[in-house]
Amino acid sequence: MGKYILRRLIIALPSLLGISLILFVLLALAPGDPFGELATNTNIPPEVRAALRVKFGIDDPVFVRYVRWLVAMLQGDWGFSFSSRINVDQLILQRVPTTLFVVGSSQILALAVALPVGVYAAMRPYSIFDQIANTLAFVGFSLPTFFTGLLLILIFSVNLGWLPFVYRTDIAATGWHWYWENFKQAIMPVAVLGLFQAASYTRYVRSAVLDVIRLDYVTTARSKGLHEGKVIVKHVVRNALIPVVTLVALQMPAVFGGAIVTEQIFRIPGIGSLLITAILANDTPVIMAVTFVFACLVVVFNLLADIIYGWLDPRISYR
Amino acid sequence: MAVASVVILTVLTSAVVLGPLIWRVPINEIDFTARLTSPSWQHPFGTDDLGQDLLARMLYGGRISLAVGFAAMAVAIVAGTLIGAISGISRGSVDAVLMWVTDLFLALPQLPLLLLVIYLFRDFLKNWVGPEAGVFILIVMVIGGFRWMPVARLVRAQFLSLREKEFVEAARALGATTPRLVIRHILPNSLGPVIVAGTIDVAAAIIAESTLSFLGLGFPPDIPTWGRLLFDAKDYLDIAPHWALFAGAAIFLTVLAINFIGDGLRDALDPRKVM
Repeated sequence: MGKYILRRLIIALPSLLGISLILFVLLALAPGDPFGELATNTNIPPEVRAALRVKFGIDDPVFVRYVRWLVAMLQGDWGFSFSSRINVDQLILQRVPTTLFVVGSSQILALAVALPVGVYAAMRPYSIFDQIANTLAFVGFSLPTFFTGLLLILIFSVNLGWLPFVYRTDIAATGWHWYWENFKQAIMPVAVLGLFQAASYTRYVRSAVLDVIRLDYVTTARSKGLHEGKVIVKHVVRNALIPVVTLVALQMPAVFGGAIVTEQIFRIPGIGSLLITAILANDTPVIMAVTFVFACLVVVFNLLADIIYGWLDPRISYR
Repeated sequence: MAVASVVILTVLTSAVVLGPLIWRVPINEIDFTARLTSPSWQHPFGTDDLGQDLLARMLYGGRISLAVGFAAMAVAIVAGTLIGAISGISRGSVDAVLMWVTDLFLALPQLPLLLLVIYLFRDFLKNWVGPEAGVFILIVMVIGGFRWMPVARLVRAQFLSLREKEFVEAARALGATTPRLVIRHILPNSLGPVIVAGTIDVAAAIIAESTLSFLGLGFPPDIPTWGRLLFDAKDYLDIAPHWALFAGAAIFLTVLAINFIGDGLRDALDPRKVM
């Protein structure tokens, strides 16, 4: 198992380097110059401008600049935001907990809905429950998240007035009341993200369980006289979960992408909305750093998916 | 369900293509006396905050949204089939390199990179080919550029299994060159899963374009794509819900229909039927 993890790590690192290279080359290829504004500023004489360019190494070849950027990132110097005037790593650290909370809760909700529904639908294929579940799943992942978000805001915040629709990280309350306020404001974004994921997970769980449930060892377990619940939970679900868990881990980067939209609708101060505001404000260091964070998340979750897959199915780790 | 979806999709497509010829209200006729009116006979979908007729705007925007969807799918399928075919027919280092590139692209975070590329290259393309065409090309290339990887893997898997079959061996014995083998024998037989992936790609491309417009980073603001309509409508939810509802329902119905069609195609083309 240790060798398997090591092998996967060794493959993951070049991927991360490759992604960061692509990001950096994209940014280097883009037209536009960080010192473009200075060129039109008459207070700065041309010699000073040339000296600035040499000092910051803007005209060095791309590869040199990439190595310099990579070394700086690895040392923890993530740059200084143009518009927010604080260090980029501080900015990101402020925002990450909120995003992690919303995304994590939505995945837990998605699994809590998808697993029982998918397993039960697979136990009775083509029944009424199965057909309704299938149709609802289709509807679920055909509805774009921004539409469901807007609908929920319309129903719950505007018409019924039950839930707030602006997410606040500075709720002035303590104890029980604070938890209740947090819960009320988090319920809609978590529901939007979670139910969208649940729709696609349900179909996947259903097909995974259907593949397992007609295998011989399940028939053996039943004929041994085991209670049906035990057969399902101990034998079927544990084996059907293997591809599902990999799917969940592989979907995490897409969920973070989906969180970008949800954060915009519900005004949640997370990394996603940081990316959007940075793009609209032309704040390049923040854009680079946030995109790099997303790329790291992708690689980390791919690695996690490989490790969990190897742990759940010992046959894989022997390859 | 799939047949019903084909009907729905045909209705939507013909409405979008032929509609502006029948409903000749201009899309940018500003009429402040009719701001935010609910659906009526004069404006079947109501009006937006500038008094522009929503039905006309939705029909016009529908053309663009559907065009982006189909064009992005075409890009993804052409690129994916090409790479998958080359990778599948040649063994060894070419295959390994191409698969490594595919894995690298699969590891890229889609939405952030989409936003990044559009942010970086939008002005450049705008100066080169004009605002709408430039953004259209950019969005189609970028969305298609993120969806070719699953197609490439599918095509490669099909190639790897098909190239051992007897009819390929027979063709090669008759003296067929490799390109002829690929184009006339293997490729036509491997397109089944590709078609299914294509339909899913159209749905995903439509959603991606709507998401971009919704975030304010898609087409220029005066072009009423469905995502843009939702973006404009979200500030008027309490007083004019019909605006957001119609635009969102259009996206929803199109994507739902395409998903059902894809599922039906998969059931029809997949020999393994669950009993």
